[in-house]
Amino acid sequence: MEVNELSFEPNDRYNAFLTVCKKAPYGKGKLSGMAIAVKDNISTKGIETTCASKILKGYVPPYDAHVVELLRHAGAAIVGKTNMDEFGMGTTTENSAFGPTLNPCDTGRVPGGSSGGSAAAVAGNMVKMALGTDTGGSIRCPAAFCGIVGLKPTYGRVSRYGLIAYANSLEQIGPMGRTVNDVSTLMQVIAGKDRHDSTTYDRPYSHTPVADVKGLKIGIPEEYFGEGVDPKVAGVVKTAIIRLKELGATTVSCSIPSMKFALAAYYVTCTCEASSNLARFDGVRYGPAADTKKSWHEAYREVRKAGFGPEVRRRIMLGTFALSSGYYGKYYTKAQVARENVKADFARIFSEVDLIAGPTMPTIAFKLKEKSDPLSMYLSDILTVPANLAGIPAISVPCGKVNGMPVGLQIMGRPFEDERVIDAAYAYEQAVK
Amino acid sequence: MVTEKDVEHIAELADIGINSGELVTFTHQFNAILDYFDVLDQVKGDTTVTRDLTNIMREDIVEPSLPRDEVLKNAPAQEDGFIKAPRVM
Amino acid sequence: MMAEDQVIVGLEVHCQLDTKSKLFCGCSTDYRSDGPNTHVCPVCLGLPGAMPVLNKRSIEYAMKVAKALNCTVLQESEFSRKNYFYPDLDKAYQITQYDKPLAEGGYLEIESDEGGERRIRLTRIHVEEDPGRLVHMGNAERGKYSLVDYNRAGIPLIEIVSEPDMRSPKEARKFLNKLRATLEYLNVFDSDKEGSLRVDANISIKGNERVEVKNITSYKGVEKALTYEVTRQKNQIRRGQRIERETRHFIESTGITQSSRSKEQEHDYRYFPEPDLRPLQVQSWVEGIVLPELPDARRERFVLQYGCSLNHARTLTGELKLANFFEGVVAADPKGLSTLAATWIADTLIGELNFRSMNLDRVDAAGFTELIGILKQGIITDKSGIEVLRVMLDQRLKNEPTETPTVIVSLLNLAKNSGDTGAITAAITEAINENPKALEDYYAGKGGALNFLVGQVMKKTRGKADPGELNRMLIEALKKKEA
Ligand SMILES: [Zn+2]
Repeated sequence: MEVNELSFEPNDRYNAFLTVCKKAPYGKGKLSGMAIAVKDNISTKGIETTCASKILKGYVPPYDAHVVELLRHAGAAIVGKTNMDEFGMGTTTENSAFGPTLNPCDTGRVPGGSSGGSAAAVAGNMVKMALGTDTGGSIRCPAAFCGIVGLKPTYGRVSRYGLIAYANSLEQIGPMGRTVNDVSTLMQVIAGKDRHDSTTYDRPYSHTPVADVKGLKIGIPEEYFGEGVDPKVAGVVKTAIIRLKELGATTVSCSIPSMKFALAAYYVTCTCEASSNLARFDGVRYGPAADTKKSWHEAYREVRKAGFGPEVRRRIMLGTFALSSGYYGKYYTKAQVARENVKADFARIFSEVDLIAGPTMPTIAFKLKEKSDPLSMYLSDILTVPANLAGIPAISVPCGKVNGMPVGLQIMGRPFEDERVIDAAYAYEQAVK
Repeated sequence: MVTEKDVEHIAELADIGINSGELVTFTHQFNAILDYFDVLDQVKGDTTVTRDLTNIMREDIVEPSLPRDEVLKNAPAQEDGFIKAPRVM
Repeated sequence: MMAEDQVIVGLEVHCQLDTKSKLFCGCSTDYRSDGPNTHVCPVCLGLPGAMPVLNKRSIEYAMKVAKALNCTVLQESEFSRKNYFYPDLDKAYQITQYDKPLAEGGYLEIESDEGGERRIRLTRIHVEEDPGRLVHMGNAERGKYSLVDYNRAGIPLIEIVSEPDMRSPKEARKFLNKLRATLEYLNVFDSDKEGSLRVDANISIKGNERVEVKNITSYKGVEKALTYEVTRQKNQIRRGQRIERETRHFIESTGITQSSRSKEQEHDYRYFPEPDLRPLQVQSWVEGIVLPELPDARRERFVLQYGCSLNHARTLTGELKLANFFEGVVAADPKGLSTLAATWIADTLIGELNFRSMNLDRVDAAGFTELIGILKQGIITDKSGIEVLRVMLDQRLKNEPTETPTVIVSLLNLAKNSGDTGAITAAITEAINENPKALEDYYAGKGGALNFLVGQVMKKTRGKADPGELNRMLIEALKKKEA
């Protein structure tokens, strides 16, 4: 195979990258020579992969994540690893152990998270496309805050093999780019069944965007325009939806009653899974050394206290509590039932409509350090987590500005109808170009 | 309502070190978050159903393991091909 | 036995399934002769981002066992995570089955201490992964630490949990032997592999708390550990002390059990479904599973087909290799050889092997078959037969060049002297002349004198004389002498 090298020395004013590959090899293929940034929770053989955590400082995976293998196979040049909230736990990228990423639209504000580094690398024109991961909005939120496009694919459509797990049952790797076309192109490369990920489906993506929403019925859930949503943001999104109607779609208002459980169900599920996923970081097989002279619990506690940031430790402990004896039924079981309710609500609505649209985030990007209380931070995920709980595809596409900051239009679709979601976003994007 | 003692116990279960200053903050934050989680008490039922993707398995075929230097490369301490770990006795 | 002394035992048996690759990755399970950490990959090393994919054969094997043990395979089963910290546990959780095991119910029949068959009920069978292996290093002065080898991490295990239906340590051993035989017959398990079977036992004296004994890694260890526990618990009760509900570890080297620190017992494993694996719905596979002949059926057949005694049949079918060995030996002439072969294998060969700590695999089957043939033809005496067998086994044991029984018989000049009675006649004459006192006693009608003289003649003929023939000739000679 012919191998070339791409020189990559970006002026990273936003702290978007944790690792830069100044000489990035690439081969032939659909993405030949294309600079692609990869979120730092996706394993890259021979390139340090830290999840923006001190506990993985110096860890160099001996294997590629499946999506990275696919990127390389398509000829892409992997030019670096992007900053994120530690292990994906956050909505601002301020929870990185290696400093926050700044929003290219306003460096006094956060880029959103947790894929903030990927979003800033794309929005700051350092790369054309990037991979992010979305557990509860981590692709769509920074896409909305930075004014780019980001897709959370249907659960099971993209392999998670090599994605350092935060919440396995919720998260998906997805494409981020400046245009819907770019996002679609990257999706073509990364989607499909992987024999190393038992939760993937044989549903490859070979679609080219078609700017057409004629005859489509779009559901507008009242919960997406209710309490907690900035009226100015809601206004911009409503205007965007009117634009879709002008393009031939019809709209109908709908309701997702299970939304009142969604955020709690999401946080219980993701913290439970995280508490187990992150237990392996003990300083024995990788990461900073555990003191082998001490007893194992003592040594682990030291390593994990020094290696994990406060939000990670908070979530590990929340999940540990929710799974502990006596509380499992109250938290974990109920969260799973609530999740079924969310799925059922979406199934019911999707039997009447083709797509659901609303804002991606309730507000524009926060100022740095604006959100300090964990619960109020969690609440800002309310509009993105339902798609993760239901496993449905959801995209965020820029749809205007409030106070000079970008606003994202979120479009959700039926499971495995990522193509239709892409087409609607493309139709909108082309119409407002 | 969780107490500081509860939080200490959870930290122990999770093998997470915690200092006394954090204990107060964490306990306070936990109670706020757990109060919010109480909305789940309103969820009816306690079973879920499996819909699709069952019996996902691979054939029993041997594939190459990692070379040992790759296995040990990331381990902070090793000895004679073993990975060194804290004592358990 | 008084009711308050009744012993109640339940077992949890972990057996390694003999698959080619590990439970959740493609690493080879054939690691025993290789160095540490040579059979590991991102999955079984617990590297961040690696995901498990279930080995189909391990489920097929487990289902074979479930069917053979009369269990019900559940409509839906799933894997869960058992969360705890230990350096040999690569992911800090073990992927196992919890509230939805592969199979439930079932039973295994064993010979009870009273002689009849006893049915030991089973609770469940589930599939799980083995952790790695720890080596304890260092000392108190220079500091202790551990070394970890993850080669074993991810080896497929089944855990078979019994109801507390066994009534003695001996029954527990019988249960284990029967279980091992069944697994061997199913060809899913290799009992020769070190660490392929491990047992946790629950034991109590009726009316008292139960104690869990962990870390039993051999068949003999089970009876030993439980016998120790019965004595310990009974003594404690006699002294009026309460039995505490606790976990104890069996120390193989000293044969005692030791209380584990109470702190370790506060386990809260926080089980929840493994999100990286999908559920199993394999109940419909059960129908298609064809079971081989199992130990009980083979035992019945040995009685009917070969006329073996029940005891011989039980011994011979108690191990797959032994049963196959027997059938190989008698294959040429089942009618003529079975009784002789059964006796020689069950009563003699096993003892000689145990004495030498030798494995049946090392016995030359063709040579043994030849030996049975020689014995059948009456060429040598039983006593010589044992001598020949010992030579054969010793040659194998010492890795010396081996000889056939026929050669050994001729080298040691062991063939019976029938036909050539000269040597016996000479020996008789000698014995009579050398022992006038015994002769006197014989004519005086004292019991024992004849036996003594027979012994003397035997000694002189080095056991080659046929005992019946010798007896006849000796009595004749004594009659002649008296006349
Ligand atoms: Zn492996």
